[in-house]
Amino acid sequence: MDFFNDKHVEAAKDLLYKMADDQLIIGHRNSEWTGLGPILEEDIAFSSMAQDKLGQSEHLYNLLHELGEADADTVAFTRNEKQFHCCHLVELPIGEYDFSLIRHFLFDMAEAIRFEMLVDSSYENLARLARKFKGEIKYHTMHANTWVQQLANGNEESKTRMQSALNMAWPLALGIFEPGQHETVLAEANIFAGEAALQEKWTAEITALITKAGLTIPNDATPVYGGRTGTHTPHLQPLLDEMTEVYSIDPSADW
Amino acid sequence: MDKILQTKYTENDIRTFLKEVKDPEIPPISIVDLGIVTKINVSETNDVHVTLTPTFAGCPALKIMEELVKDRLEKEEALGKITVETSFETTWTTDLISDEGREALLKHGLAPPKQNVGYMELDVLSDTPCPFCSSRNTTLKSPFGPTLCRSLHYCNNCLQAFEGFKPV
Repeated sequence: MDFFNDKHVEAAKDLLYKMADDQLIIGHRNSEWTGLGPILEEDIAFSSMAQDKLGQSEHLYNLLHELGEADADTVAFTRNEKQFHCCHLVELPIGEYDFSLIRHFLFDMAEAIRFEMLVDSSYENLARLARKFKGEIKYHTMHANTWVQQLANGNEESKTRMQSALNMAWPLALGIFEPGQHETVLAEANIFAGEAALQEKWTAEITALITKAGLTIPNDATPVYGGRTGTHTPHLQPLLDEMTEVYSIDPSADW
Repeated sequence: MDKILQTKYTENDIRTFLKEVKDPEIPPISIVDLGIVTKINVSETNDVHVTLTPTFAGCPALKIMEELVKDRLEKEEALGKITVETSFETTWTTDLISDEGREALLKHGLAPPKQNVGYMELDVLSDTPCPFCSSRNTTLKSPFGPTLCRSLHYCNNCLQAFEGFKPV
C-alpha cells in the first residue's frame, strides 16, 4: 500500500496481530463448548461463534501476509506463547458457563466497537474486513446481551453467579485496551483511533448494559496488562500445544 | 464469419453457466442468485476472471464454491484460462440475494431474510414470517443455527420449528 511508510507498516502489523490473535484464541476457547453447552442452542451458539472467530482471524492473518509476514497457517500454528499478542481475557480456560458468558459479553462488545471504528480506516483492506465482520458480530453481541439480561434477572443463584463472574472478568477485560507502542502513528495516519478511544466508547456502552441488568461494576479494578507484549498466563501454552497437535505431527495434513 | 467473433463470450453467458453452480450448504439456490458473484471479466481471448465475495468470513463452503465455479467454466471448451478470486471489495449483504433466490429459499423451508434492515437492528428477527404457514406469530429461538447463515425459530401458529436466513 503506497500510503504506508515503514512506520505505518509496523504499526498496522501490531494492530493486526493483536486482533487476529484475540480472535483465534477466543475462537478456540469457544469451540471447547462444542458438545458441552448447557442446552443444545448454547452448544450451537458457541460453536458458531467459534467458527466466525476463526474465519475472522484467518482473514486478518492474510492481511499480515500481504504486509510481509508468513502465511496464515504458519503464523497461527508455529509461534510459541511469547510471540502471541492476545490479551489474558481470551486465553483463560472456559471455566463454568457464567464465566464464558460474561467474557463473551465483555469481549465481543469491545470487538464490535473496534470493527465499527475501523470501517472508515485509511487502511482500506482492513476497512473492508471491518465492514464484513461488523455484520457478523452483531449476532454475537445480541446473543451475549440476551443471556446476560436474562440470567442477571433470573433467580438468586443466577444473579450471584453473573456478579461473581463479572468481578473476576472485569480487570481482565480492561486488559483488552492495553496501550500499544504505535497508538499515535495509527491515529495520525487514520488507521485506527486507538485503544483509549475504544475503551471510552466501550465503557459507556457496557456500563449501560450492566446497569440495566442490575449488576455492579467492580470498583478500583487494576487492568491486567502484559498479553499484548508476549507475557501470558500459564493457560496459553497448553492451549497452543493442543491447537497445533495435528500440525506439529504433519504440517501438510489435509481433510 | 470470423470464428473468433462467433465464440466470443459475454459476461451474461458466463452468468448463465454460473446459475448452474449451487450453494453447497443450501443446494436450491445458485451462487448467482445468492449474490456472491460480484465481478465477471471476459477477455478478448475468452479468458475468464470471476470475483466472489464471502457470505461469512468463516464460511467453510467458500473454497468449495471457488472450485465449483472453476469446474463449471472449464467444461466450456471455447473458454480460455479460468481464474477465480475471493475479495472483500464488495461487502456481501443479504440484500444481494435475488428475488428468484428468495423464492428458492422459501421453497426450501428457509425463511428469506428481511431486506434493507441495516446493520444494527436486531429485533427484525423476532417476527420472521413462518415459511410454512406465513404467520408472523413466531419466536426467535436462537440467532445461531446449523450453518453460520441460519437462525432458529418457532411458529406459534402452526407449531413448527423452522430456520431462517439471517439478514446481514
